Amino acid sequence: MSKFAKKTKASQDIPTAALPDIIFMLLFFFMVTTVLRETDILVKQTLPRATQLSKLEKKSLVSHIYIGKPKKTNLYGTEPRIQVNDVLIEPKDIVLWVQQEKDKLEEVERDAITISLKIDEEAKMGIISDVQQQLREANARKIMYATPERIDETAGG
Amino acid sequence: MARSSLRGKNEINAGSMADIAFLLLIFFLVTTTFPNDRGILFTLPPKPDPNQPPPDITKNDRNIFKILVNSNDQLLVEDEPLENVFLIKDMVKEFVLNNGRNPNLSDNPEEAVVSFKTDRGSSYEIFIDILDQLDAAYNEMYGERVGMTGDEFRELRNTVNKTPEQRAQYDKARGIESKGAKPTFPKNISIAEPSKVGG
Repeated sequence: MSKFAKKTKASQDIPTAALPDIIFMLLFFFMVTTVLRETDILVKQTLPRATQLSKLEKKSLVSHIYIGKPKKTNLYGTEPRIQVNDVLIEPKDIVLWVQQEKDKLEEVERDAITISLKIDEEAKMGIISDVQQQLREANARKIMYATPERIDETAGG
Repeated sequence: MARSSLRGKNEINAGSMADIAFLLLIFFLVTTTFPNDRGILFTLPPKPDPNQPPPDITKNDRNIFKILVNSNDQLLVEDEPLENVFLIKDMVKEFVLNNGRNPNLSDNPEEAVVSFKTDRGSSYEIFIDILDQLDAAYNEMYGERVGMTGDEFRELRNTVNKTPEQRAQYDKARGIESKGAKPTFPKNISIAEPSKVGG
C-alpha cells in the first residue's frame, strides 16, 4: 500500500509542453490566411445572394467599387454613394480612377482588368447603371457582381 | 549537492507560453476576414461608336423573351405580370428550347434573345435574382447538351486551364463546331439601359 502511494506522488501533472506547439500551429494558420483590410468601407454592405457563382483567379487584376448607403448619414446623406479606395466619389470620377488602377498593372494585363462591384442590395439600378456607363467609357468592361452563395436550396433551385 | 538540485527541477516553465500564443491567436482570429471574391461575372458591351448609327433590330418578336422590372420591383415577363422571380429559369428554358414548336416562343436557340430591362428605381436585389436565374437557365441547358447537371457545367466553365477533353466538351455544349466559329447555341442576354419612367 505504501509502495503504491509513493508511485503516484512521483509525477502528478499532465505534461503541457506540447500545448504551445498546438496553439502555434493554429496561430500560423491564421497568420498565413489573414488578409488585413486595406480600406475602411464607408458604405453599408449587405450583398445579395446568388447561386451561379464564378471565382476570380487573378487577384491582382481585381479592383473594387463599393456602392451603398453611407454609414455616416449625417455627413454624406442617405442616398447610396460610390466608394473607391478610401473615398466617396461621383460617377464621373470613375474613368479617372479606372485609368489609375490600370496604370498599376503590367502593360499586357491592362485590358484584363476586372472590376468587382460590391453593391448593397438596397441600392437602386439608377446609380449602378451610371457606374456601368462610366466603366464602358473607361473600357473596363469585365465586371463581377460580388455575391455570396445562397444557402437555402429551395429558392435557388 | 549541485547535482542533486539539478536533477530535481531543470525545466523552464513553459506553461505560460501557451497563454502568449493564445493572445496572438485571438488577435488573428478577430482580424481575419476570409477573402470572398466570388460573384456573377458579366461583360459590358463596348462603348457605342458615335460615327456609327445603332444597328437596326430586325429580330422577330417571337425570338425575344422580354423581362421588364419597374421601380416597385414588379415583374412583367412576356407582357404578363409575374409574382415569383424563381419561375423565370424554367420559362427561359422553355423559350430557348422551343425550336419552332410553339408559335409564341423562339425559332431556335441561335436566334433566341433574352432581353432584360430594369427601371432606375428597381432594386439591385431583384436585378441579381433575375440575372442569377438567367445564368442558371443557360448553365442547365448547356449541361444537358453534354450530359451534365447545371452545376457541373458551371464548374467546367470556371476551370481556367481546361484539358483538351474539357475544352471539347465545353465547345460542344456551346455549339462551337470549329475554332473561331460562331456558337450555334449562344447565350444571348441583353441588358438594356434602365428606363427613367419610374412607375
